[in-house]
Amino acid sequence: MTIVEETSSPLIESDVLERVLSGATRSGAEFAEIYAEDKRSTSAGLDDGRVEQVTSGRDRGAGIRVVAGDTTGFAHTSDLSASGLAAAAAAAAAAATGGGGGVKTVALTPSAPHRPNTVAIEPDSVAKARKVELLQRVDDAARSVGAEIVQVSAGYGDSRKRVLVANTDGVLAGDDVVRTLFRVSAVADGDTGMQTGFQSMGHTIGFEVFDAVDVEQMGREAARQAITKLAARPAPSGALPVVIKHGTGGVLFHEACGHGLEADHIQKGASVYAGKVGELVANPLVTLVDDGTMAGEWGTLGIDDEGHVTQRNVLIEDGVLTDYMWDFLRARKEGRPQSGNGRRQSYQHLPMVRMTNTFVLDGPDDPDDIISSTEHGVYVAKLGGGSVNTASGDFVFGMTEAYLIENGQITEPLRDGNLIGNGPKVLTDIDMLGNDFAMGSPGTCGKDGQGVPVGDGQPTLRVKSLTVGGTA
Amino acid sequence: MTSFESELQAIADRVIEQAASGEQVEAFVSRGGETEIRVYEGDVEHFVSAQSEGIGIRVIRDGRTGFAYAGTLDEPAIAEVLAEARDNVEFGTVDEWAGLAEPDGVEPTDQVLWNDELAGFPADRKIDLAKELEKLTAGGDARVRVDDANYADAHAEAAVATTTGIRRSGRENGCYVSVSTLADEGEGEDAETQTGFGFSVGRSPAEFDLERAGREAVERATRLLGATQPASERLTVVLDPFVTAQFLSVISSTLNGEAVVKGRSLFRDRLGEQVAASGVTLVDDPTNPLAYTATDVDGEGLAARRNVLIDDGVLQQFVHNSYSARRAHVSSTGNATRGGFAGTPGVGCLALSLVPGTKSQDELIAGIDRGLLVQQMQGLHSGVNPISGDFSTGAAGLLIDNGAVGAPVREVTIASTLQKMLLDIAEIGGDIDWLPMRSAGMSLVITDVTMSGT
Repeated sequence: MTIVEETSSPLIESDVLERVLSGATRSGAEFAEIYAEDKRSTSAGLDDGRVEQVTSGRDRGAGIRVVAGDTTGFAHTSDLSASGLAAAAAAAAAAATGGGGGVKTVALTPSAPHRPNTVAIEPDSVAKARKVELLQRVDDAARSVGAEIVQVSAGYGDSRKRVLVANTDGVLAGDDVVRTLFRVSAVADGDTGMQTGFQSMGHTIGFEVFDAVDVEQMGREAARQAITKLAARPAPSGALPVVIKHGTGGVLFHEACGHGLEADHIQKGASVYAGKVGELVANPLVTLVDDGTMAGEWGTLGIDDEGHVTQRNVLIEDGVLTDYMWDFLRARKEGRPQSGNGRRQSYQHLPMVRMTNTFVLDGPDDPDDIISSTEHGVYVAKLGGGSVNTASGDFVFGMTEAYLIENGQITEPLRDGNLIGNGPKVLTDIDMLGNDFAMGSPGTCGKDGQGVPVGDGQPTLRVKSLTVGGTA
Repeated sequence: MTSFESELQAIADRVIEQAASGEQVEAFVSRGGETEIRVYEGDVEHFVSAQSEGIGIRVIRDGRTGFAYAGTLDEPAIAEVLAEARDNVEFGTVDEWAGLAEPDGVEPTDQVLWNDELAGFPADRKIDLAKELEKLTAGGDARVRVDDANYADAHAEAAVATTTGIRRSGRENGCYVSVSTLADEGEGEDAETQTGFGFSVGRSPAEFDLERAGREAVERATRLLGATQPASERLTVVLDPFVTAQFLSVISSTLNGEAVVKGRSLFRDRLGEQVAASGVTLVDDPTNPLAYTATDVDGEGLAARRNVLIDDGVLQQFVHNSYSARRAHVSSTGNATRGGFAGTPGVGCLALSLVPGTKSQDELIAGIDRGLLVQQMQGLHSGVNPISGDFSTGAAGLLIDNGAVGAPVREVTIASTLQKMLLDIAEIGGDIDWLPMRSAGMSLVITDVTMSGT
């Protein structure tokens, strides 16, 4: 096994960084930061039996942030030369003019690399033909499941992003993040119209992921979901017990409380969880963790996008709220350490508080018992996306594969729909938690117009009452 | 955008001049900038000043397509992008319909997309506008706090050139202000917070209506205070204009020519049939200067045009770009979309609207015995399946009883199917509002929708 080599040349030389940072504080700002990235990506899409196109992308640039008092100035540039950076620094500094004071002298101290992930096969070293072949295999596999499958689309993507962060506090840190992503969706057609199935996987490792992940199995699974739903009846309407299969329902916690535990919402009094540290906010079965260090997971990073080493943060322990998630600005305001949750979509964006991999630890229950002890309810085998209003706590999430539970048995499939609940109430209403923890599918979390990759996970669990948004 | 000759056009021209024989090449080049200012409690929280540029190159040879892009316009990078796109060609599958758009003789309409006043608008005045909006909003109601107030503007210049004879360049700019609010009521365990937003858009700051943005942000946050979760029932819904615009954007994906030719549209074999209630006419018209997304050309450089998609309930046509049109044996309707230099053209409606009726929202409500005025939808991306047609979203709003609005409700879903909802449209309001999205809003009455609560 080989490890991706640390790239020999830095994105920007240290002396240039020091000069630019120093210049950025000329107007009296107390903090300046450079975030630079160089990202290469390859993607390929198949639809309607054809590989439609292979795309190669290159994104390279730096964002410069200058903080004076409570005001942040930000500018970015795709020009990484000393003069390009100086111009962006001047623009950022002008946007955040401080109240005087001298120029800061900046002495950067390189930090040791933190690399939670081991990359065996750098995707760029793999022939494009092999990537395209994965798409053809998944297409064949999905179509082989049944004549009901009328359409298949699939996507492959990989990227390698080198990151450098330096700031006037002397931080100089880097990261080298490889991502590999694969998805397939299938459409089945029958007497009741069309139905869809979807599978995806994403990891922060290299092409070796395909030694462990069987893309043909993903294709067959997407096809099976679509075909199963051809026989689906309309979902019920109203409040019911809902059992959520392991490894599919992390989005529940992401929406029900994850966003509400982000310190930016807390500091503006825009979260139902503000002022509740130390209080019981969930059933004591629940321990919720956000962990940016899990090897190979979609939300994993060596450093966050402010140069802070990622870490494991326990947010809720045995039902009690223990802490929020923090970035540089919010932690500075509170005079406390950051938690490695300062993230941004790209060098063109300002960082803010974001989740990484957010999950609930195992509980005591046998997953089979959770189903068999449910008289009448809904079993959700696959969740779609979700969204939350952090201030009211109301959140929704979609179900894309679900079944009725009748007399403790999983019975008929249900058509797609949304579920709606209120975060604090749902956390309290979790009354059974399985011992079969699994991580879920890769997600992209959107906040304030920025998307970042996140992971989630959870054991099989039951919420004793959630509103199911069907028509029956 | 027809006559504006630019440096970018020259870059695009130079790329396509390098096409080899038997090769179709398209170069799309863009450059732009934006300002984003956020104000909180009277101070600037952040001021973002951003510039970006890039190029995307598509190469088609023997029915195979390759694409590459880079976020820079350095000459060496452009050469690398062209080489990568060519390299990617060999991995595509042969597609007999693959090809670039060709000039079709339709002249673009004149649209005013650039405003000099905005281009020269000073930064401190932008900050003042955000501060003024925050102050106006905060003073609107004692229960309301402002989460943030924002000013944003953007300008972009773009050029496209193809070996098939398309050559277009142009520029546009625009700006908006927005405000997010929090309204609080109750203490301790009964404490409750609801949120609202307001905005105003324009080609220049002179077009802003700050009063209205602030008033709507206050109203949206306060009108749901005290809302409870009602029992489930089947009823008539009235969608607020903003909600209707979101609903139309879902409908638009079912009328997408690419979805149709790939068998993914639930209306794929319904041309000429009654798919909506009589009286429902749905038009995509980016040549209407009132539309926020009004434009002269589409993402492939063809003239944007007015297309009637549903006429008096009968499905007339789908929207197409040149690829989906070729496969469907029709002409492009000028509906190529393009997200920027990093992607190839897709298909989509550009400025969709129902032909409005005449009644106000109050007049529509007056005719309803039992219903729900839907003021917010949540989870359109997770609970609506445009392929099967299943529709289920979170909702909040006001119950309607005997022709008048009553108690606020929250934590409910509304559900039906897209097919049924179009047929169940009972009335279309006259209160058309061109919102900052690809569809217009107006009040819309739809019968027989399931509201799920307790």
